[in-house]
Amino acid sequence: MKISFILNKKNVEVDVSPSMRLLDVVRDVLGLTGTKEGCGEGECGACTVLVNDEPYNSCLTPIINVANKEVMTIEGFRETKSYRIIADAFASQGGSQCGFCTPGMILATYAVLKKNPHPSEEEARLALSGNLCRCTGYQAIVDAVMLAAKKGIEL
Amino acid sequence: MIHQYKDSVKKVDNEEKMSGMAIFTGDIKMDDAYFAIPVRSSISYGKLLKINVPNLPKDYSFISAKDIPGENVCNIIASDWPVFADKEVHYKGETIGIIVGPNKEKCLELAALVECEHKEFEPVFEMVNSYVHKEFKKGNPDKVFANAKKTFSESFSTGYQEQIYLEPQAMLMYLDGEKITIKASMQCPFYIKKAVVRVLNCSEDKVRVIQPAVGGAFGGKEHYPSLMAAQLAIAIVKIKKPLKMIFDRKEDITFTTKRHPSKTEITAYLDEKDNILGVKIHVGIDGGAYVGCSMVVLSRALIACNNTYTFENVHVIGDAYCTNKVPSAAFRGFGSPQSIFAMELFINHLADFLHVKPLDLRNKYLVKTGDITPTNGIYRDPIILKELMDKAMEMSDYKRKLAEYSKPGSNRGIGMSTFLHGCGFTGSGESTIINAQLKIKKDKNDIVTFYTSQVDFGQGNRTTLKRIVVDTLGIPEDHVIYDAPDTDITLSTGPTAASRTIIIVGGLAAKAARHLKEIWKDGEEQEIVEPYVGPDFIKWDEDTMQGDAYPGYAWGVNVVEVSFDPLTYEVNIEGCWSTYDVGHAIDERILMGQADGGLAQALGWAYLEKEEAENGMFKQKTLSDYVIPTMVDLPKMETALIDNPFPYGAFGAKGAGELTFAGGAPAFAIALEQAIKHKVHKIPATPEYIMEILENED
Repeated sequence: MKISFILNKKNVEVDVSPSMRLLDVVRDVLGLTGTKEGCGEGECGACTVLVNDEPYNSCLTPIINVANKEVMTIEGFRETKSYRIIADAFASQGGSQCGFCTPGMILATYAVLKKNPHPSEEEARLALSGNLCRCTGYQAIVDAVMLAAKKGIEL
Repeated sequence: MIHQYKDSVKKVDNEEKMSGMAIFTGDIKMDDAYFAIPVRSSISYGKLLKINVPNLPKDYSFISAKDIPGENVCNIIASDWPVFADKEVHYKGETIGIIVGPNKEKCLELAALVECEHKEFEPVFEMVNSYVHKEFKKGNPDKVFANAKKTFSESFSTGYQEQIYLEPQAMLMYLDGEKITIKASMQCPFYIKKAVVRVLNCSEDKVRVIQPAVGGAFGGKEHYPSLMAAQLAIAIVKIKKPLKMIFDRKEDITFTTKRHPSKTEITAYLDEKDNILGVKIHVGIDGGAYVGCSMVVLSRALIACNNTYTFENVHVIGDAYCTNKVPSAAFRGFGSPQSIFAMELFINHLADFLHVKPLDLRNKYLVKTGDITPTNGIYRDPIILKELMDKAMEMSDYKRKLAEYSKPGSNRGIGMSTFLHGCGFTGSGESTIINAQLKIKKDKNDIVTFYTSQVDFGQGNRTTLKRIVVDTLGIPEDHVIYDAPDTDITLSTGPTAASRTIIIVGGLAAKAARHLKEIWKDGEEQEIVEPYVGPDFIKWDEDTMQGDAYPGYAWGVNVVEVSFDPLTYEVNIEGCWSTYDVGHAIDERILMGQADGGLAQALGWAYLEKEEAENGMFKQKTLSDYVIPTMVDLPKMETALIDNPFPYGAFGAKGAGELTFAGGAPAFAIALEQAIKHKVHKIPATPEYIMEILENED
């Protein structure tokens, strides 16, 4: 089935089963490997992408669900000014260790700050609790989110 | 508060990891690669009589023990784990063979059709059959214990822990001409190479291992990738097609190696004035079906079992037990967190038994510089444990809270642990087994390149090792090249394990760079191969477990505060404060990442992460039922480092990676005891366990 959507600000059309996971479409069909599979069941958030600026677990999203919608993966987001602000905050606080959760974590951070530009630390933790990290103990990530909020992302 | 870290540099892999450009094994494009799907044993223990393989379509093969050209042994430390089960199977899930072919779904379908005929034996799941036994003594325990006036005994247990590196096990193998080339999520490229050479009985130059980005490891990728590589290598010489074996989370949780469950029994022998004459300790660990590296895990558990205390008379006994379950193997701490957990709780409980304050009892026996270790070595480092404790107590407002929370009606608790970690391989292993060699060279343009086999799976060592060389040479950062390991280019500087990367390899890199600096001639090609030479005081006898076990120890203190909900039996962690002596921290920000990350894993092990085996199979198989801490499960963590430069490491650094795991569980459990006003003897302390304690003792 032919399905069209906007990926990283460009129109794309794929010819796949409508139930194919968005994760597999971006990674295997379109070759964008920045989106990671950590669990395949929506628990870890490594596969987070933005759909109309909302964070989605792409491993739980059938491709048909994003037909005609705007999908942003890390490959598109890294071209934005908001990415630079968030990535610099992660770098200065040590928010990325092995890096496997990081693209998803950065996209989730953007989605959190877009909704709530100045979260308390507690609000930030709650909003990002769907993204697991096994390396950092989260403190550096929370510090990075707070720093990005202070600098202000481009909304 | 936004941190301004001292002495921290930009991590070399920051940008590639944040932007999604870092290439992990599963990201490598290789469309013609065949899939390799394991066929696993459905029984826990039995004789393998016959394997019935269905008719396989063209391009599909079944690879098993009969295809092995070399030894059917996975080269781990012990040589008892077969690459493919052959005559017998010893655990449910053991690999009988692999189906390889171009379509993954078809491979899965065919793998499910392979059937085995068995003669089943009665499996053993409990810790009863010892396959490794160790014992050592300090002082004269037999005589002294016989004259004791009182004794106090307790037993403690800890559970399995899953690795949950965010990237599951993954391996890609292809032929580059005649050469078997491997890219995998790994910790130890040379371990993989040796495993392939042994199973194929081929020459070393036929195998090349290249490290892509690695999404976390923690010990779980120290040995298991060797098994995968050996299995794929047998297939690749037969079918000559690129192969990939990428586990999903369920397969990773169910069949890869885990932290050893443990049971520790401690008896203290006391005189008439309640002085501790000595302790007798038995540590048992569940090694699973094969020894693998369990004898070394057991060694570390035993050497650490007195933790930060000096007792004059010590009798230490240890057993690793064979059970018909997935083998246990390396995981951050490597056995010592289990025995440290037991000793920290024991010393607190003993204080209660003797009606003295736990802090007073601990201080009385706290290790001092020059004390004799349990293996009759010497604690040589200047030991600053008291300073570490004072600082942690000040940061956490420990004394006030301790008093306040002991009042009736309080559902809060605060607990403190002290702990140590021996850095580097146990005993003389660095000089006798590893023999690291580090190559550093300079080209005509004075660009320096150096090579190690250390893998950066998040710890930041690509940044720190490079920095050691840059700072030693005093040249600009962009004049030094340091890439990920490739066994065709680098010499082995040993595995990325045992908190040895900075203390041992970092020290070696600094030494090599110093030597290059001494002979430096502008515009000339120069090269140095620097061999590791250990400090000459390290004398160790592995058979008797006597001598200096480690070149140096790192030290730490954790304070954990909890609140307990008496209605739901749920526990919340309200605060964590830590102090560490890691020698001199080369990069404070990287160190803080180890501090927070290690403690988070330890707290998960202490109260959230429950992995139960039932009839030899794990009940929790996914991230929905095996729960690791999320951001809301952990509080703000505060950490302070106290500088105490170590003379043998690079720039005074000791090891840090595993140390930060050692104290979280006991600090948590001691805090929990205060909150629930009952003793804890087991982790994970889930609400169900807490309910059991409260109902049984009330």
